[in-house]
Amino acid sequence: MTQPLIRAKGVGVIRNGRQLLKNADLTLDQGKIVTLIGPNGAGKTTLVRSVLGLIKTDEGTIERASELRIGYMPQKLHLDASLPLNVERFLLLGGKPRADLAEIQQLTGIQKLRKTPMQLLSGGETQRVLLARALLRDPQLLVLDEPVQGVDVSGQSALYALINEIRKERNCGVLLVSHDLHLVMATTDTVVCLNQHVCCQGHPDKVTNDPAYLALFGDALLENQGQAARIKSQVALYHHHHDHQHDAHGNVIKGGVGCSDSCEHDHHA
Amino acid sequence: MPDFLLNALLAGIAVALVAGPLGAFAVWRRMAYFGDTLAHSALLGITFGLLLGINLNLAVAIGCLLLALILVAMQNNRFLATDTLLGILSHSTLALGLVCVSLFSNTRIDLLAYLFGDILSVNKLDIITIWLISAAVIGALIWLWRPLLAITVHEELAQVEGIPVNKVRTALMLLMALVIAIAMKVVGVLLITALLIIPAAGSRRLTHTPETMAIVASLLGASAVTIGLYASYLWDSPAGPSIVLAAAALFTLTLTKKQVL
Repeated sequence: MTQPLIRAKGVGVIRNGRQLLKNADLTLDQGKIVTLIGPNGAGKTTLVRSVLGLIKTDEGTIERASELRIGYMPQKLHLDASLPLNVERFLLLGGKPRADLAEIQQLTGIQKLRKTPMQLLSGGETQRVLLARALLRDPQLLVLDEPVQGVDVSGQSALYALINEIRKERNCGVLLVSHDLHLVMATTDTVVCLNQHVCCQGHPDKVTNDPAYLALFGDALLENQGQAARIKSQVALYHHHHDHQHDAHGNVIKGGVGCSDSCEHDHHA
Repeated sequence: MPDFLLNALLAGIAVALVAGPLGAFAVWRRMAYFGDTLAHSALLGITFGLLLGINLNLAVAIGCLLLALILVAMQNNRFLATDTLLGILSHSTLALGLVCVSLFSNTRIDLLAYLFGDILSVNKLDIITIWLISAAVIGALIWLWRPLLAITVHEELAQVEGIPVNKVRTALMLLMALVIAIAMKVVGVLLITALLIIPAAGSRRLTHTPETMAIVASLLGASAVTIGLYASYLWDSPAGPSIVLAAAALFTLTLTKKQVL
């Protein structure tokens, strides 16, 4: 096993007296996909920003492999309408590409958008352009903050498939953020469930025919069985294996393995 | 052409050329209010310059630079929204400047000249100073162009890609402070932001890339200076406001063109 790309230990972030993140551990390896899930306000973005070095952490340590190249796909891109910028110019703003521009455009399927102004892109197109910009750095680690946001269901599965393909081809590590507790890729190697602290982490169960999953997608699946099969092979339902229990007030009544702190939080049971 | 008009034209065009690209950033980054705040503080710089007996252009430049640094520091640990903060600083510095000017009125300050500009009285030294500063700022903008554009598009993405975001942002504010110090002579404290914003906004409809937008903004600004000065000469209207009106007229003309992104 090679050295991890990033190893975060006991990371805590406190802002304005509020503990946004507490005692979080995270290890990112080459060629592995780690998915970060948790409810809104669970500190997913805070952990990602800490890992990226965008914010100062108040507790713990974050070790990065030396000269680590990170490709970052931010959650949102807001461009003022007054800025005339087409897709190609946007891609080159990241500096001289380390990867082949034409190849990356082909891979992310944005060849036809090269001259399109950024403000005219749809949600899905914007995400693919952001992914292309991250890939142009030929990253050892891809950090994707809610990459399927604003993308329709079929587009989501295509985007996840693309991310998986990139991981296999380029053998880069991937850190993926999702706010959805249920929808997690089967291709994920590790799922980390965050709610201020790391609740639990592990390999997601491969559930291909779960009623809850079908209920979630409903009509879209009935309409297109082929597409459904494709989505199903990529999406598994992640069972929230809790290593501790909560009483009626959300307090922990029994601690367990893997959970290193008091786990006091309001849980979405 | 009379000498004073030629001098005014030379000074005005130098300011308009640098105001183009800088104004484009002010528009893209929504910094109009920031420009106002710096400009309003210039009057305070004048007062201190007179009190301390130093060169007034230098005093204004130093005053703007100091305020820009204070703003950067305050924005970094914010407890108030930026526009509130700017509103407080902008108007308190202007008020303080006005009070100070009237308290030291025995030094015979021509308040109107500072508020609305005094471009018809620029001398050779002024012109050389303005051209030097203008050229230096344009050089710095070209040198910092890609990082500046990158942080305008997405600061965190730029940071992950290795751009020193805080330094680049501070540099932009300092450049703006410098330009405001030279633009004050042309259009005065109250109208500086107009010279930055209006040509850049007018250029938007005519262009498709950031670079052409900046260049066309410079050309629109230079045209506004020329037209405004000529109108001022013809009808004896105040020069600074005439230049701003010419810019506004050019902007209105661009509105007839269909918006393209």
